[in-house]
Amino acid sequence: MTEATVEVATKPRRARREGRTAFFLLVPAVVVVLGVVGWPLVTTVLNSFRRVESALPKAPKPFVGLHNYAYILSDSDFWNAVRNTLYFTFFNTGLELILGVGLGVLMFQPMRGRWLLRVAVILPWALPTVVNAAMWRYYMNADYGPLNAFLVQTGLRQDYYSFLGSGTSAMNSVILVDVWKNTSLVAFFVLAGLQVIPKELYESAEIDGAGALRRFWSITLPLLRPVLAVVLVLRTIEAFKVFDVIYVMTRGGPASSTTSLALYAYKTAFSDQLFGIGSAISLVIVLFCLSLSLFYIRALGGSMGPEQS
Amino acid sequence: MHRVRWWVYVIAAVVIFIALAPIVWLAIASVTPSAALLEKPLHFFPAQIDLSRWRAIFTQGQNSPAGAFRIAMLNSLIIAFGTVVISLLVGIPGAYAFSRLRFRGRRTALMSFLATYMVPTIALVIPLYLIMANLHLLNTRIGLIIVYSSFVTPFVLWSLSNYMDGVPRELDEAATIDGAGRLRILWSVLLPLTRPGIFAAILFATLLCWDEFLYALIFTSTTASKTIPVAVAEFSGKFSTDFGLVAAGGVLAALPPVFIALAFQRYLVAGLVSGAVKG
Repeated sequence: MTEATVEVATKPRRARREGRTAFFLLVPAVVVVLGVVGWPLVTTVLNSFRRVESALPKAPKPFVGLHNYAYILSDSDFWNAVRNTLYFTFFNTGLELILGVGLGVLMFQPMRGRWLLRVAVILPWALPTVVNAAMWRYYMNADYGPLNAFLVQTGLRQDYYSFLGSGTSAMNSVILVDVWKNTSLVAFFVLAGLQVIPKELYESAEIDGAGALRRFWSITLPLLRPVLAVVLVLRTIEAFKVFDVIYVMTRGGPASSTTSLALYAYKTAFSDQLFGIGSAISLVIVLFCLSLSLFYIRALGGSMGPEQS
Repeated sequence: MHRVRWWVYVIAAVVIFIALAPIVWLAIASVTPSAALLEKPLHFFPAQIDLSRWRAIFTQGQNSPAGAFRIAMLNSLIIAFGTVVISLLVGIPGAYAFSRLRFRGRRTALMSFLATYMVPTIALVIPLYLIMANLHLLNTRIGLIIVYSSFVTPFVLWSLSNYMDGVPRELDEAATIDGAGRLRILWSVLLPLTRPGIFAAILFATLLCWDEFLYALIFTSTTASKTIPVAVAEFSGKFSTDFGLVAAGGVLAALPPVFIALAFQRYLVAGLVSGAVKG
């Protein structure tokens, strides 16, 4: 209590002094992050209004106004990338969320040998993204892929299938490969959420005659909402930025059917040397991620992690 | 607690198979003779074991694909280590400021650091490429260390300031009464008590660096600077028929993160979800 009064009395001076200390303590972090994120981001915004067709520093960069944006908006390849990215994001996040809740509930069961399940589930997540993609790219090979061998030898399929050979199938395969790796993350979030739900809630619900399904809908899911909100935001943003898994598995093919926005921006900038247009495309991703998280924060209320602490 | 029904065990067994089989077989493929990999029907357990790829990785020169994996592995280790050191050096003072000092714009500053997570690599990589070219940092490990510090630092700031919030302020005050300055308090009171948090942050930072691909793909093209994800991606694209060596490189690349995940599962899971399940 005495502390409180002291704090009130000396507040302005103390706040100013602490402000100065905080400034010095934060300068190194600000320099690192602003130098590598802030400054390049500003440059990208500026470049999106210029025609930049060379990586050389002395090359001319004429100002072209909204031309780059007008160009991408009338470009069918851009809209194809938008469609692919939305499709990937929706099914990838949706599947991970549904399977992740199931897997989290499964890991929560008081089973014997539960540790083995948890160890097995964390491993796909630990595998580097590129290794995961390179591995499944081979497993799905149409001529000698082990996944094909497994499906045929167990009688699940009659013949070898070219998973990455046609558009829709390639896209769905890439989604499944990413789901295989990242569902673990969702599951561990769900498991942690389940562990803090008071057991008494279930006990009294059971006394009231609520069945297992009813308990899941009325207790588990509502109380998991804050955790699911965080995971939803993390995974949607991550999915919308997708690059690595697609680059390694299909390079965006066959025939651009798996080209995401990030991959399209990469190709436009580094293969076609159209850096201005590439900048404009990459800013579309930034805008989408920003508006998405603002939307989530609004829609899901103050249940986000950062808001709480 | 209820008794777990038999079918729950069946589901668990299926899940374990789906999660483990692809990884286990990657290791098997790395010691399967090349000809056996192309057999039809495929024998999932080879009749003979072929260790030649592993021998090549550890003994061949750096111009061979196998030797390049070894160098790439070393590069990844050095880059992860350098990044973790820099991020902790700049992140710990910052985390202290966020946790212990009141100042205007505190919340905004913290949120701005977090917001960098929303900026995709592709939106930064073009200007960074030009900057790095000017500073002669392309194809260097130090270049990647600086770039990686930019995404690891916000994470360190965020997780450690959260962790420090959990250390009672009374301890600071007691130390102040004993005449300790801020630096002294940070060093002798807060850091020892946040050791588990720092440890978890180191693990995560290592995983983040280890997995990064796009920056490394664009900024490094020489064997001397390439990281292991770039090496694996390039090799699997170029020589797609020699899957055995891709598998060996993949297993090599997966060893550090898999070891971290297995040995420190509790730390990781606790650190991962600490922000999400509070309150």
